[in-house]
Amino acid sequence: MSAPDPSFPDLRTLSTIDQVGVEERARRFQARSIKKESKLSALKLAVTMLDVTTLEGKDSPGKVKQMCVKAMRPLPGDPGIGPAAAVCVYPRLVRVAREAVGRSGVRVASVATGFPSGQSRLKERLSEIRYAVGAGADEIDMVISRGKLLHGEFRSIFDEIVRCKEACGEAHLKVILETGELQTYDTVRIASEIAMAAGADFIKTSTGKVQPAATLPVTLVMLEAIQDYHDRTGRMVGMKPAGGISEAKTAIHYLVMLKETLGRAWLTNEWFRFGVSSLTNDLLMQIRKQQTGRYQSADYFTKD
Amino acid sequence: MSTKKRLAVSKTYKLYLGGKFPRTESGRYYELKGRKDTLLANVSRASRKDFRNAVVAARKAWSGWAATTACLRGQILYRVAEMLEGRAGQFEEELRAQGATPVAARKEVTASVDLFVHYAGWSDKYQSLFSSVNPVATPHFNFSMPESTGVVAAVAPEGSGLLGLSSVVAPILVGGNTSVILASHARPLCAITLAEVLNSSDVPGGTVNILTGLRDELLPQFAEHMDVNALLVCSDEAGETRLAQERAAENVKRVIPHADAPLAESPYHILDLQEIKTTWHPVGV
Repeated sequence: MSAPDPSFPDLRTLSTIDQVGVEERARRFQARSIKKESKLSALKLAVTMLDVTTLEGKDSPGKVKQMCVKAMRPLPGDPGIGPAAAVCVYPRLVRVAREAVGRSGVRVASVATGFPSGQSRLKERLSEIRYAVGAGADEIDMVISRGKLLHGEFRSIFDEIVRCKEACGEAHLKVILETGELQTYDTVRIASEIAMAAGADFIKTSTGKVQPAATLPVTLVMLEAIQDYHDRTGRMVGMKPAGGISEAKTAIHYLVMLKETLGRAWLTNEWFRFGVSSLTNDLLMQIRKQQTGRYQSADYFTKD
Repeated sequence: MSTKKRLAVSKTYKLYLGGKFPRTESGRYYELKGRKDTLLANVSRASRKDFRNAVVAARKAWSGWAATTACLRGQILYRVAEMLEGRAGQFEEELRAQGATPVAARKEVTASVDLFVHYAGWSDKYQSLFSSVNPVATPHFNFSMPESTGVVAAVAPEGSGLLGLSSVVAPILVGGNTSVILASHARPLCAITLAEVLNSSDVPGGTVNILTGLRDELLPQFAEHMDVNALLVCSDEAGETRLAQERAAENVKRVIPHADAPLAESPYHILDLQEIKTTWHPVGV
């Protein structure tokens, strides 16, 4: 279902978040026992949900190409694994990534709008989106102006996202809340509501440049916002935790939480992504461990 | 002062993992009995997951430990000897509880202290002893030198609780390797106390990890783990050594078999766990 005409959400209907309750609930998801076949299928699913990311000053076309190859065929010799959902790069490298992934089905995502701080003028931020889309990006990861949000200028954030969504055209829009800077779960919830009402296709926790990045509790708050929004409007919104997820075990915790909060419909890479730069190899090592029974070594996996 | 009998405060013997003393994640233990069948301790029975976590810790610690200077490694090993000496009484008591005579216990502790001092001395000497300048037929300056092999898994001698373990730990440590070591099943007490000594001697966390548990259960895991670079097995059973060699073949890890007895002091035990790097340097250009 496509986004309805955006209208500013009624924030008065939001109840406050029970911090202790959310953290306790999130902790419970880590206690599920996922073994054998279920573990293997969870690991394989997680690989297909990866937004393989490189967002560094030192990124070069060579590095991006290499990362794209890994995204398309994560485990050479086993075509049953992957491909990853997308590669995520800076706008200037979108063209390189587009060319590298070709028609493989791996999508190209680009951060834009003055990533990671979002502290530039709206005009420039919008033109950055148009540039990335023009270069072949399928998805845009935008950052919101956290300063304005904390200042209470909710309407301004809403308008900004609506404008960005327009600038995206056909491309999907992921809205990065940067939860590490939002101080409270209530602010996270408000930001999620505003982003979804303004037409976000995905809401995303973090840029990966601020600590703490994605955590289970904050992702739970956002998943619950998605659920309530879906109940009210019938529109599905995707979720992307990003930053700080580097162990396969943690990824499985996220999948458990996703399944138990939003249900099976969200368990695909159309509605859930991991924004990661170093999770891939741990997933692959765990998959090989499940297949061979031997604990693996990073020495035998490509460094991307 | 009260004349009531004081409640005994006895030590819980746990594992030594990544510089911490956790219980086994499996929650299992075995009972260690002393003379007249008295319970000495409930000893942690490590699982393969504990071993896995230990290897992760050892791998993480390796780059740092291998990069410390030879001088510092020597100082740290000497410090281990000092700490061991200071706690000699406790070690002797544990050895006696596990069946040694007082004289034998004292002898074993003294020998262990001396062993650490011995290997501390080797820290900046084995490199030059095992390095060479090689004659080659091209205009190159060609030289070889030893470098640490990485993560070493070791099964310590069963028959000797302290000296056996020390004789395995010291050469691994001085050579810049990190390790996961399975202590003697029948004499595990000194192993955990030695871990406390290592912990207070500036040996970085994760450099030495000590597990207690069953050999049958853990040896195959030691041999199979792809992230272990070498395996040292002290065993008199040909079956165990053979099993280790077969299972280790997958990642061609080095297997070093020894008899089930403390290793004699020798720099060759250091060399066993070194890789030789050869450099060809052009000359006359």
